[in-house]
Amino acid sequence: MKINNFYNKGILNILLIVLAVITLSGCMGSGGDSESISETATNNDNESNGEGDNDEVTLEFQQWWGVELPDGVLREIVDGFTEETGINVELLSNPYADTKTQIAAGAAASTMADVVGLDGAWVYDFAKQGSIANLSTLMDDSGYDQSQLSDQIQVDGNTFMIPVANFAYPMYVNMDILEEAGIEDIPETRSEFTEVANTVYSETGKAGWAIPLSTESPSGIQNNFMSWLWASGGSMLDNGQPNLTDNSDLIDTVEFMKGLFDAGVVAPGAYAMKEADMVEEFTNGRVAFMIDSLAHLNTIQEGAPDMNFDFVPVPVQEGFSGESGMDVANWGIGVAENSEHKEEAWQLVEYMMSPEVNAELAVYANAFPGNADADPDYSDADDLFLKAYELYQDSNPVNEFTGLPTSEELMRTFAEQLQLYIEGDTGEASEMLSETQSIWEEAFE
Amino acid sequence: MTSQNVNRGRSKKRSGYLKKKTEPYLYQLPTVILMVVLLVVPIYMVIQYSFFDNVIINDNPVFVGFQNFQELLTNESFWVAVKNTLIFVGGSVIAHMIIGITFAMVLNTKYIGPKLQAMFRVIFSLPWMFTAAVIAVLWKMLLNPNGFINFLLVELNLSSTNLEWLASRDLALFSVTMINIWAGYPLFMISILAGLQGIQSQLYESSAIDGANHIKNFFYITLPQLKPILISLILLDFVWTIQQFALIWMTTGGGPIDATEILSTFIYKQGFSEYQYAMASTSAVILLVICTIVAIFYVRHQRGQE
Repeated sequence: MKINNFYNKGILNILLIVLAVITLSGCMGSGGDSESISETATNNDNESNGEGDNDEVTLEFQQWWGVELPDGVLREIVDGFTEETGINVELLSNPYADTKTQIAAGAAASTMADVVGLDGAWVYDFAKQGSIANLSTLMDDSGYDQSQLSDQIQVDGNTFMIPVANFAYPMYVNMDILEEAGIEDIPETRSEFTEVANTVYSETGKAGWAIPLSTESPSGIQNNFMSWLWASGGSMLDNGQPNLTDNSDLIDTVEFMKGLFDAGVVAPGAYAMKEADMVEEFTNGRVAFMIDSLAHLNTIQEGAPDMNFDFVPVPVQEGFSGESGMDVANWGIGVAENSEHKEEAWQLVEYMMSPEVNAELAVYANAFPGNADADPDYSDADDLFLKAYELYQDSNPVNEFTGLPTSEELMRTFAEQLQLYIEGDTGEASEMLSETQSIWEEAFE
Repeated sequence: MTSQNVNRGRSKKRSGYLKKKTEPYLYQLPTVILMVVLLVVPIYMVIQYSFFDNVIINDNPVFVGFQNFQELLTNESFWVAVKNTLIFVGGSVIAHMIIGITFAMVLNTKYIGPKLQAMFRVIFSLPWMFTAAVIAVLWKMLLNPNGFINFLLVELNLSSTNLEWLASRDLALFSVTMINIWAGYPLFMISILAGLQGIQSQLYESSAIDGANHIKNFFYITLPQLKPILISLILLDFVWTIQQFALIWMTTGGGPIDATEILSTFIYKQGFSEYQYAMASTSAVILLVICTIVAIFYVRHQRGQE
């Protein structure tokens, strides 16, 4: 009987302890989230560092850069920040797509990490939601010299993201395939390109061109479609508003694209293809031309060490002689509005943007620095990288999707309308653009 | 016995009675608290969001009643997603059941030795062990226009060209449904196998004496005996398949155009791409209602069995 009582009491006690733990953890979760998380993280870090100061601040830095940089580089860079300031940084590194979802979820739940890696395409929406902090205020408060920044991504005149590293999107060309097809001259205009792509297909059976149009990750519209428009000096906007209807440059570009599809020279499976799939097709020697980020240079060289490939400017419209635009994507950085350590978070941004650190990051990432004063040492860089750097310097860096409302959705709807036109569901290019314009306008309202 | 002792005895009895009454609830309490925090509160929030204009984006969302539901039900894309969901779920559940029964019966036959049976059970169960991400990557490679499936079809003269399994509007929904069928049939197979082993052999012996053949045995003994398991499996599979997201998202992203758009991808795009959280919540509530109706049937069926 006594044992039974003890047994019952024991279970009761265990239950009470479990309840207490749940209640306490619930309280910890609901109150001052980032502070408690930060403190816990700080304690963990302190344990590992052998230090023991509970007043230390730990910033969470969520990004996809750690995954794309060589192993341990980002950790090394932020450790330099900790040494300099005593502020700890917890890296939350995930692939690009996961990072986007997690940041969006964090924005919705006000649990965003203190410092976040951003894509220009996300900025408008997060800024409008009030989930990322106004960096103009933080810069003013700290007396930061903004003239050293090569660009700032603004919404309603305020800066919400600073590009840390810029990635150019030149055209890759597989010289082995061109040689196999007996082609000697690199195409400089769209009609020359069509001719070369046709020859490649007829002589080798390989695709002349690849474009990823998967609606899961619709950035193919930005990087692989609009690159053609921007290369010929065209624009999809007018005073920051959609300018698709009756845009003759865009009509030409859409018709040119359909021509490539109709000729059967585009790598098959484009509608389900993502950027990574396109890179794989190119690396496997099945595609002659593609437009892609310079960030993939190492991947391609490692995947196909014997392949002879090169960078060339994107062919332009017949008769165009102005300065070509080159698509540029960037790793941007911002601060969460819900951060309780905004001042420290800004210090981290400032550190990443300092000429020395920014230059180091650019070299490791095969990118161009976001700080105009940074002087990256590309002396050990690959010749191809240097060639791409030259192309970049001769071009006008452009990315019209940056800072637009629901940018990714704009790309997705454009991709869907383009597919309908290529498939023949929409009769005319102008009709397709007019339909896209009306969908886009809803996002700009 | 003094009145004091009597009172003490009564009080002991009462506290014992109270303890007996409250004890079961105390055991349940941790789970109940977790369920409330992790399930009831989020569901309540989503339902609440569905009655406001764009929540989260707006600091002061306005109550709009059923306007979101009205808007959603007149949205053409929503109905495309519903149609695709029905094809995807219906095709998957029916195929899961047919393949599951077939494989289970093959594995249950006495004509295959126990070692061979064990080996095939492991092989046939393999698809179920993979995560959606692995399945998506694997099948994307197999179904690539330059992939193994097309190579086989061309080599065997079954196709003259490389088919765009995931990139063609005509084939994409069929392809993702096939992938989902491949990934999900082992659940049916294993459960039905367990069910088959529970059927009393005397039933088959009696029917053999009556001169019944294999087909009659299947329709008059096997299927009726498996009915409770099959109904449970169908209802559960319906709920699981209707929620399938990762597989579709990682293979086609709901495209090309909207050929493989199902309710889960539709909701995701509204929330994380268009930032229309209220509309995403509204769609989620509709999905919740459908799943709840199926769950009620499931629970009733389970109770009926008891």
